[in-house]
Amino acid sequence: MSVLEHAPDPGPRPGAPSPLPRRAGPDGSVPTAARARRGAAWWVPTGVVALVATVLVTVTIGPADLAVGDVWRSIATHLGLGGLLGSEPLGPLQDGMVWQLRLPRVLTAAAVGAGLAVCGVVMQSLTRNPLADPYLLGLSSGASLGAVLVLVAGLTVLLPVAAFGGAVLALVAALGLAGALGTLTPTRTVLAGLAVSQLAAAATSFVIFWSATGDSYREILSWLMGSVAGATWTSVAVAGVATLVVGTLLASTGSVLDAFTFGDTAASALGVDVARVRWALLVGVALLTGALVSQSGSIGFVGLILPHAVRLLTGARHRLLLPLSALFGATFLVWADTLARTVFAPRELPVGIVTAAIGAPVFALLLWRGRRLS
Amino acid sequence: MSETLRTTADPVVDGAPRPSVDVPGRASAPGTGGLDAARVSWSVDGRLILDGVDCTAPPGAVSGLLGPNGSGKSTLLRVLAGVRAPSSDVSPGPTTGPAAVRFAGDDLLTMPRRRRARVLALVEQDATTDLPLAVLDAVLLGRIPHRSLLAGDSAADRAVALAALAQVGMSGFADREVATLSGGERQRVHMARALAQEPALILLDEPTNHLDIAAQLDAMRVLRELADEGVTVLAALHDLNLAAQTCDHVVVLSAGRVVAAGAVRDVLVPDVLDPVYGVRCEVLTHPRTGRPVLTFAPGNPHPGR
Repeated sequence: MSVLEHAPDPGPRPGAPSPLPRRAGPDGSVPTAARARRGAAWWVPTGVVALVATVLVTVTIGPADLAVGDVWRSIATHLGLGGLLGSEPLGPLQDGMVWQLRLPRVLTAAAVGAGLAVCGVVMQSLTRNPLADPYLLGLSSGASLGAVLVLVAGLTVLLPVAAFGGAVLALVAALGLAGALGTLTPTRTVLAGLAVSQLAAAATSFVIFWSATGDSYREILSWLMGSVAGATWTSVAVAGVATLVVGTLLASTGSVLDAFTFGDTAASALGVDVARVRWALLVGVALLTGALVSQSGSIGFVGLILPHAVRLLTGARHRLLLPLSALFGATFLVWADTLARTVFAPRELPVGIVTAAIGAPVFALLLWRGRRLS
Repeated sequence: MSETLRTTADPVVDGAPRPSVDVPGRASAPGTGGLDAARVSWSVDGRLILDGVDCTAPPGAVSGLLGPNGSGKSTLLRVLAGVRAPSSDVSPGPTTGPAAVRFAGDDLLTMPRRRRARVLALVEQDATTDLPLAVLDAVLLGRIPHRSLLAGDSAADRAVALAALAQVGMSGFADREVATLSGGERQRVHMARALAQEPALILLDEPTNHLDIAAQLDAMRVLRELADEGVTVLAALHDLNLAAQTCDHVVVLSAGRVVAAGAVRDVLVPDVLDPVYGVRCEVLTHPRTGRPVLTFAPGNPHPGR
């Protein structure tokens, strides 16, 4: 779908009266947008290949002494493809390590990364705010409050439910507040989210300060930093289904989000029901984010920076930006989590530390290379 | 009507009876096509910004929406464009009844949004984006109302967008970043985006704002070409001389009310302009074009509106 297949235009029509003096590119270079879009058709296939390769490679990486072939054999056996990679099944211990621990973790990271990146794109476009992220409506703070409450109470089993419930409550509070102020403008959305977020954060701090003891501190901190360490097939199901269903719906709204490029008035003049679209998309983002947070805690950075990084590659049109952000977000988070569990093995880091530690310098580099754009 | 004829001919192109300047909003007969808005009001926080505005824009003509800062020009354009819904509170007077905005016989207020976006385009003042967006992509936004929400740009969409860029003299800029353009270039990109909607009615909010004189004339040239193609053009303008030079029809707003509407020669006169703008103006006639040329001197600082 390269937009560049038309020949370079010779200039204004011959008969056009008094065209203004034309500007050359500032330094005679090919404009960045043109450079980016020249490879546009290849980005999505590249992203798919990168993600599949990432999953296949990262499941073989880990502290336990497992041969690459053994890992794939275990997976193939479970998928009923045992014949393809040699038919000897793995021992139950090793098999469990691959099938019950590593693979669910990698797949959960992929689903969470993809979902967060898509949510980040949608939030930034809807609010026209480059600092918007999936947690904008106070979702991470609400989820944290719910999670910390059950962790302190020792009811760890309820953690996903409590986190999701907290996120939904934060969503209701933020949208309720923003709606009570009048039209749901970008600024009101951001400010209402900020208010809810601060309140929930204060409550969370209070609960930790008041009642957390000993081990629960580390557990709480690990959850607050975001982690997929405890991922099970249930996590894969929750995060995967949420990302596939809601994420696909969100990713199909490219044209609508494009219409917001020049603001609400422009979107409205292009035939978009601005108020209804904003409500619907905010709720969709919030539900998906809530589902992801319930499985992984609030992993920072992916939903905030990844959309910017992909935009620098592809330009701002959402039709390419949304699917590519999903693919790159998944790939990025899987690698970040792989580092989190291997760099200091046997100790693990919360993946949120890794996403920030890798992502920030990478993003700084991208900003530097694309500096004419910012 | 050719370009040379128009500049020397009587500016009344719609053949409407000459309206007396003190009868608000009486202009061309309704139902003849073009834009016909009646009793349009809009208020925010109980403050009436538009107070029962009646306004027409004849088809195939360039109409100017004039008035001082804060007179309600931008708001009126937004209501006409369907971006804001008119409110029902009108101050007591002879013109009561619900607001109506009709174009070529169709009710724009009840028309579905997407259909409306295929009929009319709005060019805002100073619309910007921080996103890395190529000029051609910005223009392609204008195709959104014309295609399924799930579809991408078709070859036809790109052809329309490129033609729109050519019409505003920006063909060579298709691959440039919007953020790297000058104000005048950006304004023309917005006009191209509106043209890509293939509208029959185009509303523009200060399309010449911040433009140098050549760019202003070029913007007005585009509007004239559109009108010649049969498009109804209504542009809010600050520069009264630019309006005098290029408009066929003008509407003067003051404090949310129409104080005069009609042909340039009838409306751009001291009796109308002096109280509205708080100036003393003099109307000369351009020796070559026969168009009015206005000069201004400071006048009553507290104009009676």
